[in-house]
Parts: sequence; structure tokens; C-alpha cells
Amino acid sequence: MHLAYPAVLAVLLFCTGLYGVLARRNAILVLMSVELMLNAVNLNLVAFDVWLRDTLHAGQALTLFTIAIAAAEIGIGLAIVLLVYRNRGTSDVDRLRDLADPPPSGQDPMDDSMAAATDNGPGNGSDNGPDHSADQGIPARRQTA
Amino acid sequence: MSTAVHLAATGHGFLSPTGVEIAFLLVGIVTFAAAVITVTTKQLVHAALWLVVALGGIAVEYLLLTAEFIAWVQVLIYVGSVVVLLLFGLMMTRAPIGRSPDADSGNRPAALAVAVTAAAALVWVVVDAFRATWIDLDKGVQGSTAVSGESLFRYWVLPFEALSVLLLAALVGAIVLSRKKVEEER
Repeated sequence: MHLAYPAVLAVLLFCTGLYGVLARRNAILVLMSVELMLNAVNLNLVAFDVWLRDTLHAGQALTLFTIAIAAAEIGIGLAIVLLVYRNRGTSDVDRLRDLADPPPSGQDPMDDSMAAATDNGPGNGSDNGPDHSADQGIPARRQTA
Repeated sequence: MSTAVHLAATGHGFLSPTGVEIAFLLVGIVTFAAAVITVTTKQLVHAALWLVVALGGIAVEYLLLTAEFIAWVQVLIYVGSVVVLLLFGLMMTRAPIGRSPDADSGNRPAALAVAVTAAAALVWVVVDAFRATWIDLDKGVQGSTAVSGESLFRYWVLPFEALSVLLLAALVGAIVLSRKKVEEER
């Protein structure tokens, strides 16, 4: 078998996972995309191990270790996502903006979903005109920061 | 040994694929399609179920690469437990059944551009580097349970034990993270 087949498949799967990590909004879907990326790496490890006929079988041993670490990662990641969901009522990564903005105090997180999605940048936080009536909370939050 | 390792694909053209290559290609197409549906579907539970198809396809690819033990570990851990964990996570975060219009974030075009650019660059590099490289699958099974177990417990014992401690720590951490709210409610 040509080595190009598993290598190209691994590249395509990795880039699919990359797209998912960047484009998905739900945190659990982001975790699924991370699993796809890890599996692409595993496929590469196995293919190169079989190609090189390594006497230590380093590729397959590392694949097993990667699978175990992925299991640990998914356990911790899901625990964190559940904790975030309990505290915030959402698991959308777009709304977890504590490092960018102070959290909305007493505001329903459903209200500023579109505001958080569209108003992401330090430059346009100042009021852009009357058409931003939906995100009135954001300049107020920035003043308290 | 070195001639076997660096066996060039002389006489093995891409236009006359072997049976294993055809099987690998077909399963690879299914796997890639399932992965694409996983990251693009609007239905969250369907994404988890298509992930089962993608991970199972990768397990079949492992079998075609004669890595049997890895293939069954993949089926056991990924298809068996990771997807179940993801489904439970979707259930406990009250993921909507049916189409959810906000499954994709606002930076979707940028993500698409990044992914397509990375895929084009990596495919170009990989094909250019490995188009003449041939995996000889006829010289015995590379990843049977005997071979994998022997190498794992002869050369990789210390990382194996360290990893078991890491897995235990991760599980304890997950339990601690999940218990926190329960104690607060009491």
C-alpha cells in the first residue's frame, strides 16, 4: 500500500477537525472535533509504524498512549463543560467571554447571544450608533471594567 | 532491513491499485464524509452518531494496516466509551433535539479558509514527500496482540504505568469537578 493513502486521509481528517474546532459553537461539538484531530494523528502514527517496521513499535505504543490521554481529556473536558453549563446555563464557547469582558451581571445569557457573536473585538465596543440597541449592556460592562 | 524499510514503490503505480488500497480508499472516503458531516451537521446528536461512523472507519483502516490490537482498542475506547460520554454530555447540557440554527459560530468563513488552506498545504507536502513510499503489508502482521503486548510491556512499561496514574488522576479530577455543585446544594 502506498504510504500516501493513510497520510492524505490523516491530513484530511485533521483539517476537518480543525474546521470543527474553529467553527463550532457548542463546546461538546468542539470536543468531538478535537477527537477527530487526535484520530488523524493516531492514523499517522500507525501508518508510519507499519511502514518503518519499528522493532520497538513506538508508533503503536504512542497510539495507545494517545488513546488513553484522549479518554482522560474527554472525561475532564466533559466535566468542565457540565460545570460551565450548570453555572452559566449554556455551553456555547462564544458566550464564555470572561477574559474579554466582565460577565453580564443579572442578565439572562440568552439575551446577548447575538451581541456576543457580533461584537467581538476591543475596537468596536464603543457605541456604534443607534443600530446597536440590542447590546446596550456591553458598553456599560466595559465601563465597569 | 534498510532495503526493506526504504523500499521504493517501483512497479506500484497509483493507477493500478491493489485490493487493500481499493478497500482503504473506499473506507477512507466513508470516514472522511462522516467526519465532514460530523463537523457540519446542525443536529447535535446526529453529529455524535456520525462520529461513530468516522471512528469506526478509522478502526477499519487500522485493520487494513494490520494493526489489529489498535483497531480493537479504538472500537472499545472511542466507539464504546468516548461517544457514549459525548452523548451523555449532550444529554446533560440539554442539547436540543432537532436542528439547532446556532450550532455554527460566527467565524465560520474564517474557519473554512484556515481549514482549506491547511489541507491544501499539507496534502501537497505529504503527497510530494511520500508518493514513492510503499508499505509492505505482506511480511506478517505488525500489530497483533502478541507483538503489541510484548513491545508495550518490555520497552514501554514506565510510560504505561505513568499513563495509568495520569488516567486515574484525570478520573478523580472529573469526579471532583462533578461533585462540587452537589455539595454546594446541600
